[in-house]
Amino acid sequence: MTRLRFRLILLAALALAGCSAGVLDPAGPVAAGERTILLNALVIMLGIVVPTIVVALATAWWFRAGNKRATYLPEWSYSGRLELLVWSIPALVVIFIGGITWIGSHQLAPERPLDSRVKPVTVQVVALDWKWLFIYPEQGVATVNRLVIPAGTPIAFRITSGTVMNSFFVPQLGSQIYAMAGMDSKLHLQADRPGQFRGLSAHYSGEGFADMGFAVDAVPPAQFAAWVGATRGGGGLVLDGPGFMQLARAKGNVTPIAYRAVLPGLYDRVVAQSGVPAHKETQAAGRENK
Amino acid sequence: MLGKLGWDSIPLANPLPIIASGVVALVICGVLGWTWRRGYFPYLWREWITSVDHKRIGVMYCVLAAVMLLRGFSDAILMRTQQAIAYNSPGYLPPEHYDQIFTAHGVIMIFFVAMPFMIGLMNFALPLQLGVRDVAFPTLNSVSFWLTAVGALLVNMSLVIGEFAKTGWVVYPPLSELRFSPGVGVDYYLWALQISGVGTLLSGVNLVTTILKMRAPGMGYTRMPMFCWTSLATNLLIVAAFPILTATLAMLTLDRYLGFHFFTNEAGGNQMMFVNLIWAWGHPEVYILVLPVFGVFSEVISTFSGKPLFGYRSMIVATMAICLLSFMVWLHHFFTMGAGADVNGFFGITTMIIAVPTGVKVFNWIFTMYGGRIRYTSMMLWSLGFVVTFVIGGMTGVLLAVPPADFVLHNSLFLVAHFHNIVIPAVLFGAFAGVTYWWPKAFGFTLDETWGKRSFWFWITGFYLAFMPLYVLGLMGMTRRLGHYDVPEWQPWLIAAAGGAALIACGILCQIIMFTVSIRNRHALADTTGDPWDGRTLEWATTSPPPVFNFAVLPDVRGEEAYWGLKSTARENRRLSDLPDYVDIEMPKNSPTGIVSAFFATVMGFALIWHIWWMVILGFLGAWATFVVFAWRDEAEYHIHASELEEGDRRRREAKAKLLDLPPEALA
Amino acid sequence: MSGGHKAGGSKHGDPNKLGHGEVPADEQGPAPKRIVVAYGFWIFLLSDFIMFAGFFAAYAVLVGETAGGPAGRDVFELPLVAWETAFLLLSSFACGMAGIAAFARNVRWFQVAMAATALLGAAFLSLELYEFTHLIGEGAGPSRSAFLSAFFALVGCHGLHVTLGLIWLTTMMAQVWAKGFREDILRRIACFSLFWHALDIIWVALFTVVYLLGAGA
Repeated sequence: MTRLRFRLILLAALALAGCSAGVLDPAGPVAAGERTILLNALVIMLGIVVPTIVVALATAWWFRAGNKRATYLPEWSYSGRLELLVWSIPALVVIFIGGITWIGSHQLAPERPLDSRVKPVTVQVVALDWKWLFIYPEQGVATVNRLVIPAGTPIAFRITSGTVMNSFFVPQLGSQIYAMAGMDSKLHLQADRPGQFRGLSAHYSGEGFADMGFAVDAVPPAQFAAWVGATRGGGGLVLDGPGFMQLARAKGNVTPIAYRAVLPGLYDRVVAQSGVPAHKETQAAGRENK
Repeated sequence: MLGKLGWDSIPLANPLPIIASGVVALVICGVLGWTWRRGYFPYLWREWITSVDHKRIGVMYCVLAAVMLLRGFSDAILMRTQQAIAYNSPGYLPPEHYDQIFTAHGVIMIFFVAMPFMIGLMNFALPLQLGVRDVAFPTLNSVSFWLTAVGALLVNMSLVIGEFAKTGWVVYPPLSELRFSPGVGVDYYLWALQISGVGTLLSGVNLVTTILKMRAPGMGYTRMPMFCWTSLATNLLIVAAFPILTATLAMLTLDRYLGFHFFTNEAGGNQMMFVNLIWAWGHPEVYILVLPVFGVFSEVISTFSGKPLFGYRSMIVATMAICLLSFMVWLHHFFTMGAGADVNGFFGITTMIIAVPTGVKVFNWIFTMYGGRIRYTSMMLWSLGFVVTFVIGGMTGVLLAVPPADFVLHNSLFLVAHFHNIVIPAVLFGAFAGVTYWWPKAFGFTLDETWGKRSFWFWITGFYLAFMPLYVLGLMGMTRRLGHYDVPEWQPWLIAAAGGAALIACGILCQIIMFTVSIRNRHALADTTGDPWDGRTLEWATTSPPPVFNFAVLPDVRGEEAYWGLKSTARENRRLSDLPDYVDIEMPKNSPTGIVSAFFATVMGFALIWHIWWMVILGFLGAWATFVVFAWRDEAEYHIHASELEEGDRRRREAKAKLLDLPPEALA
Repeated sequence: MSGGHKAGGSKHGDPNKLGHGEVPADEQGPAPKRIVVAYGFWIFLLSDFIMFAGFFAAYAVLVGETAGGPAGRDVFELPLVAWETAFLLLSSFACGMAGIAAFARNVRWFQVAMAATALLGAAFLSLELYEFTHLIGEGAGPSRSAFLSAFFALVGCHGLHVTLGLIWLTTMMAQVWAKGFREDILRRIACFSLFWHALDIIWVALFTVVYLLGAGA
């Protein structure tokens, strides 16, 4: 009961942080699970950290040189029992949190598919300079800097980079994973409710890094299907090989784009050739999209 | 002829670095001119620049660290003000500046503030605490220092000539590869770190050898002061970890200079290998920085509590456990790479295990205070501030070690807040405590306590105001290294953090005032006894400042807390120990080898950065010739006569008799 | 730095400092300079081993990353490497002879043995250089693939050590010629010989991991 109250106080204290679309305001099962682990570990540790701080300050104050009532023990420097205690308290806490860590690491492993009866939607993510390309292989469409997902549906992300290292992160949905050229990383997230979320690159990637944000629109499944249909039938561009190269080499394109069709296997090609190949003439002379 | 160097390398269009470096250049010229006009230059050359005395070298390390702290802190002020105003606006720093600033801030604070502070304190105090006359290799020690200074010089040169890296302080490829960073910034980083890294490695070898092979008779391993133990652990880590950095940076250098493919996107390079290698060095590096200050705090808390350190042997075990475990946790720096649940879980748990010996240390410090008579000097305040703040930082560290929590906090301002919460109270507060503690030993007068305490209160409130908001911002999803942002809720917290930085600036100002006031009042603050704090370890047995040979006769150690034992025996017997036999000794001669080889290292480093190949060869030949000249000298040592030792020691014994309130016949 | 040590050491009846006698080894006061220098140099060598371990690790990670270029079995010529190994091991033997000559204070044999060490070392280096230029000429230079980058860096790092060793070696020869067997020079000779033998140890590991396993795979 007291623990619950403590957690409520803690939550209130962190509410300021929570209310503004941060990691304490989860919108999906992964983020919620991670918040729970975060708060549990925090509460367990506060249980030892707060007393330690209080005892440290109280001891220091009581045994000040001016305090005549404090006993002076100039030789007292060893106690086997206390040593046992000081080794075992942190050890027990660590065993406890270690258990949480081990279980949590497995339950919330980014590569682990989410438990759901709904068929997941696959989104392939390519980090570019300094924008995000989202390819929907099953739907055959693609977007830049705008991720539209159906709410209540697990999203199976596959993440790579056409350029330097980035990190794909939507704080309210949970786990981030590095986007690296030549790597095909897996991440499973889900939005429980429709809404607009902020996405960003959480790994510094150079000059345009600060603007490398993207909008996440979680919409009801029906609306998602409608959006796919509209995009496919719309007058957008087609993302083929040359189109991709043009996009990759265009400097910091931040306005969202939608492609009505995508060259099949484009993502796998980006992974296989380790990102966007360098211009021959600029290979030794620097970032080409300058 | 001049490689990549040309007039366009000097950023005349950017007023900020030009003005900053202009001011710095003016100050340096002013100091040099003043030194020259007052005729101090020969003294400086003779007694400091060419000195191989571990105490002088230690002081110079600390001076270097203090100067670079000002530079690193100016970078911090720039970043905090930029982020405070850059809501929906570009602020006043364009990305190409801002990115250099946060990179330089990290590099400078770790390599040229924290490292020199730690190595400086170890250099100064270790031989004194071990009861010997110098480190194992005195001239090598001077070389190490000057090579570290070269690194600092190169980093500062990049302000005016060319640019610094824009990659973050651990230069992850492929961003740091030539394809994405074609400028000389990363090259400045690489060569500054390689050259100063050689200095650090040699210094580690030197100090390990000193601790293991050069201790006063009777100073067994389990009688060494705690600071010696933590220094041993640190230097073992330096010897074991810095070569990994050398190899890693060499690979990146080969990629950039000769078109190798270690970490490139092309031809099978592997960027994840760089990340693994750099943190295989990087995590031990954290403990390299933090272990010596654990020693400083142990000494300070024990001395000012008037008690031996509680659980001495337990503390040794904890220290060595940290030393070993620090090599088994590097992967927690990149749980988000996606190594899989088993790997992440394993490294999360090993990381937490380190919290156990660290926690033991905290408890033992508290028990050291228990039953003490605590004198609230500024050093004790730094220590208490450390214990309280460090516990919080440790807690957030364990939080980040839980992989699922790290998945949402990684690279966020929560992380930034966490490591500042470790490094500032531990390394900086420890360095300040250590400098204040050993200052009278180095210079013969104590530091002004009033300004010292004022500085403490500014620092600690400034710290909390600057970094607690960053925890909140991290939870709000703000990632690090953002030059600007468009989330209105972040701005108030960032303004508060900037306010904290301003308070810290006041703390630094108080410290500058403290040094000025203390030097002015040095006669009133003089320490005539050599033991101003009622110390317990051997450095307080000699005079303040100690003679060049430290001890006229090496002390005979009979137990833990060697000097405390001597004092207790003298008090019991109402007399000092018997007069020893004074024997002639030899001390190493001063040598300009360090500064001259550093000059050639600068030439070489600069030439490598700018691809001026003839100059590289010139620098190498010069460095080689310097060592040959050194190796060829016939007189490496000079003689100090026993009568001189006896005369100095007589005055020391008189002062000690007076300190212990013993009758004149006590001198025997 | 030595004055007090002798006084500290001679008090205890254990001339070789083996830790026998009443006073434990770690309480006998500072060790003699000869021991301190060799000990310190060993620690430096250990750190050098760790640096090599870094390059070995990189090689192990990148050995399969041939990027369509040649693999180890396509480019390694074992007879050449066998000659290199023979030269290097023989030069270590000659270096050992130089150590004995220095111990006997025999300048002539010292110089002869050191010259032999240098020549054999130079022969090793020339073969390695030949191998490198040959590979680069065939288009199998370090820029070809990550595997070749790691190969050139690892072997080249060892070669760089041998080169620096040769500079050191000739400097030591000149020094003995000019100054004779002074105490500090003898200590440096001891360090050099530690260094030269350490390069052997690394070569043995390199020969096995890179060439033998590489050519067989």
